[in-house]
Amino acid sequence: MKLEFNIEGGNFSWAGHASSEVKKMLKQLGIDARCIKSIVIALYEGEVNVVAHAYEGRILVQMEPHKITTEIIDKGPGIPDIELAMQEGYSTASKEVREMGFGAGMGLANMKKNTDELTIESTVGQGTTVKMVNYF
Amino acid sequence: MSPSKRYHALTIDEQTCIGCTHCMKVCPTEAIRVVGGLAEIREDRCVDCGHCMRACPVKAIYVEQDDLKKIQTFKYRVVLFPAVMIGQFPEKYTEDQIYAALLKIGFTHVFEVEQPIGILKNSIKEYCRKSTTHRPHISTFCPAIVRLIQIRYPSLTENLIRRKAPHDLGAHFAISELKKQGAKEEEIGLFYVTPCNAKISSVKSPVGEKESIVDGIINMNALYNKVMKAIDTKEAPDTSSQRQNLTRDGILWSLTRGEARHFGERSMAIDGIHNVIRFLERLENEEVPNLDFLELRACDQSCAGGIMMTGNRFLTVERLERRARRYAPAWKLQNTQAVKESKELKQKLIADQIIPKPAFCLDPDRERALEKMNRAQRIICFLPGIDCGACGAPNCQALAEDMVSGTAKMSDCVFLQQMWENEGKISTSKAFRNVEKKWGEQRFQADCNKRGKRNEGF
Repeated sequence: MKLEFNIEGGNFSWAGHASSEVKKMLKQLGIDARCIKSIVIALYEGEVNVVAHAYEGRILVQMEPHKITTEIIDKGPGIPDIELAMQEGYSTASKEVREMGFGAGMGLANMKKNTDELTIESTVGQGTTVKMVNYF
Repeated sequence: MSPSKRYHALTIDEQTCIGCTHCMKVCPTEAIRVVGGLAEIREDRCVDCGHCMRACPVKAIYVEQDDLKKIQTFKYRVVLFPAVMIGQFPEKYTEDQIYAALLKIGFTHVFEVEQPIGILKNSIKEYCRKSTTHRPHISTFCPAIVRLIQIRYPSLTENLIRRKAPHDLGAHFAISELKKQGAKEEEIGLFYVTPCNAKISSVKSPVGEKESIVDGIINMNALYNKVMKAIDTKEAPDTSSQRQNLTRDGILWSLTRGEARHFGERSMAIDGIHNVIRFLERLENEEVPNLDFLELRACDQSCAGGIMMTGNRFLTVERLERRARRYAPAWKLQNTQAVKESKELKQKLIADQIIPKPAFCLDPDRERALEKMNRAQRIICFLPGIDCGACGAPNCQALAEDMVSGTAKMSDCVFLQQMWENEGKISTSKAFRNVEKKWGEQRFQADCNKRGKRNEGF
């Protein structure tokens, strides 16, 4: 089962669309509610990251009987220091983004907390790819 | 009745149902399908919100109720009704006159359920203070919302406050008051007047309780008509002593913000089930700030907009707000005898834990569920995406899911059939027979007296 979603950078009104769709499907698969919650929280954080920082992005979701793999691929400024970005509270979000209630610097840390495997690859000036795996 | 079996108050009258799509389209949980020209409610998905009943143009969806004659078997005949009932009567009728009419109908005692509300309020406050793991706390006041969370947002069941509703408070209070007057428990008949069908289900098969305390249920619209017949605009006896435990907070309790105003630093009130769903989606994704308390109600304007209310919901709210101003706030009654003696009553307001009952799973076996989902996804490619409902399912996605569950066929889609006819894959008469199977024989013939035709029901 494969799904694909597009994300538009800077457009917050659609942030959360992919996570809601994925959530609906996980419920149809009968996945444990707590597990769904983690996946959805991580995916939503990923969506908001693309909207807040990048120019455009795609989400690829693959569901298998015992795991879900989510890849969030964006074209954007990239992350110069991934380790630093992973720290709670560290944020490069603009003032405008923060005023909308986002950009508290919890995004990547929250994603890590809610996934079983998280890999981030990034090239400054080109973009970032986040891969998350959750096992049911 | 065992709590595991769900009681549903909504019934479809097969003689009256014309097989249209109004109910199916408004159902927030996609619980309705049309089969053989009749609407069908899938019980595992129904949350008893009553939206289908509101939408039905021919009033084919009705709510069963107990026969009012049943009250005669009791010595003490108690009518228990939510304060919201008073709000729908024209203002020329005083509270005393409404009470007098209820006694004339055959009741011996009249109790509004939201009293003494201070006990429930303190109990909820205490619960919220002690139980801090699952925030925000979600009110269990509206039974349709509790069921919605059970079937669609199972991860949020732990946020539900384990306290009973005002009708339990009112019922226990009425019993203890009558016992003080010398009544025996078996002599007391409690009849709850309900503003909606969700409350009926919650009284008949309560969620989070072992068994119900009420002896019978009366629909508020039916009682409204009876009161209007019996009411007298002449002087009525002073019955204010029966309302001495009623407070401003109690009267406003069932209206929007009636609970939210009391609990937590950050509380929110949302009314209307579709608004609630949109919010719960976000809450489940943790897309909302740290809230303390959520009051969620299925009807617009909360109980004033209940499906069995007769008066206009906004006028009802207005009258109740003015009525409330004449009553003291609950804290002023903190030291009354009723509140002081409330220890036992308080114990009775504690509810069992509410368990999730997810109803959207495609198959209990995960691999098969995934396979079904894949198939549904492929089927969707062939469906037009118009969401017309002519297949008897609320939208194309639901039809695809029904197909993989074996309850629908490709030929249910009228557009697919059209295409097949065009390609010569199916005969016109076969296609027509398929449509008649779904919507009933001779359903499409011209008939100027057809029920549900233009303007009917509006």
